[in-house]
Amino acid sequence: MSGVRLLVGTRKGAFVLTSDGSRDEWDVQGPLFAGWEIYHVNASPADPDRLYASQSTGWFGQMLQRSDDGGRTWEAVGNEFAYDGIPGTHQWYDGTQHPWEFARVWHLEPSLTDPDTVFAGVEDAALFRSVDGGHTWQELSGLRAHKSGEHWAPGAGGMCLHTILIHPDDPQRMVVAISAAGAFRTDDGGQTWRPINRGLRSQELPDEDREVGHCVHRIAMNPSRPDVLFMQKHWDVMRSDDSGESWHEVSGNLPSDFGFPIGVHANEPDTVYVVPIKSDSEHVPPEGRLRVYRSRTGGNEWEALTRGLPQSHCYVNVLRDAMAVDDLDPCGVYFGTTGGQVYASSDAGDNWTAVVRDFPAVLSVEAQTLP
Amino acid sequence: MIRVALPHHLRTLAGVDREVLLDLKEPPTQRTVLDALEVSYPVLRGTIRDHATAERRPFVRFFACGRDITLESADDPLPEEVASGAEPFRVVGAIAGG
Repeated sequence: MSGVRLLVGTRKGAFVLTSDGSRDEWDVQGPLFAGWEIYHVNASPADPDRLYASQSTGWFGQMLQRSDDGGRTWEAVGNEFAYDGIPGTHQWYDGTQHPWEFARVWHLEPSLTDPDTVFAGVEDAALFRSVDGGHTWQELSGLRAHKSGEHWAPGAGGMCLHTILIHPDDPQRMVVAISAAGAFRTDDGGQTWRPINRGLRSQELPDEDREVGHCVHRIAMNPSRPDVLFMQKHWDVMRSDDSGESWHEVSGNLPSDFGFPIGVHANEPDTVYVVPIKSDSEHVPPEGRLRVYRSRTGGNEWEALTRGLPQSHCYVNVLRDAMAVDDLDPCGVYFGTTGGQVYASSDAGDNWTAVVRDFPAVLSVEAQTLP
Repeated sequence: MIRVALPHHLRTLAGVDREVLLDLKEPPTQRTVLDALEVSYPVLRGTIRDHATAERRPFVRFFACGRDITLESADDPLPEEVASGAEPFRVVGAIAGG
């Protein structure tokens, strides 16, 4: 019987939650790397036992951990993320230029085909790649070298590269997203990049539809239809049908179109999930009711999913990397909160249960479908 | 032998549960002690000093004989008590954060 492994990163360590295909009972392993911030843990699609974890603190910097046995044991691998050449500057909060400074790895995206190849999205925004299982890292500096780079500015959480989508049919094509620069695409394996933000409008910007500067929070896709992208922007839920060449808004009847995560059903590419948050000033669910919203129409028409979720006095947030789906049928949907709960649905969002309630604040959740 | 006392998280990373002992060929300074520490425990590279600049990370401090020597030159000799092994060279994480 197949199973599911949840890889949970928190403010105070990592956890591995495992269940069989029924997804009724969960075994909890952890905390791993207790006391460290674990921004992300992710698994290789090519080798389910190969995991990578981003471990950091403000005191001792960045560590990268690797497991070759599904998370039972770990080995510290390379933690040197050196920008290519002279790093240069980008725009700071006050409009002045500020040197590019490495802070941490936000997101790890293993190659679809090679367990030793993994991409890292970092703050200050850059994309790194390792082809030796994480021992050494090289910047794909064509991204930062884009002529708009000096105009990129950090969002409130830092200037992070948080989304890395690898096209399943064309490994030369990747989409990344940076808060608050926007989305970018390469069609040549990462050598050159261009902004793909046409159709985004951000009232925070002097010119709402400028080429870069948009605070993209997350982009998701279904691998069976990789040219259709769904984006949760700072405000607005957006959709692209042409690999990001253009975007249109699909916020529709959401109670708020501000939020962080967005996910796509593994088997129904028009089924999309978001977690609306009241506003950019108040990062809490509207009316204190935690609701996942699901669209079965690729956006615009949304339904609230509430069964099993707190519907009063709930003031947690769900961060951008903290929602995931498994590949089973029916599709499992999972998310973690800043209040330390990890919620699971084994029926595509109709019903939810808290797998755990008292973890440290959850930074990321990945769902691995095991053979 | 030079004794080095590491904070909890660095002991965990290095896989040691007490002080680290280093056999230095050169007179002990902050720099020679940390160089030797990173040779013996490569996993600590980048955690105390920046990889590229070798500068101390901002929230790390160094103590010897009850004295904060963080801002002294990295090439100043460490106190005789540290050189003789009577006292440890202490790497301390600043008390900050939650």
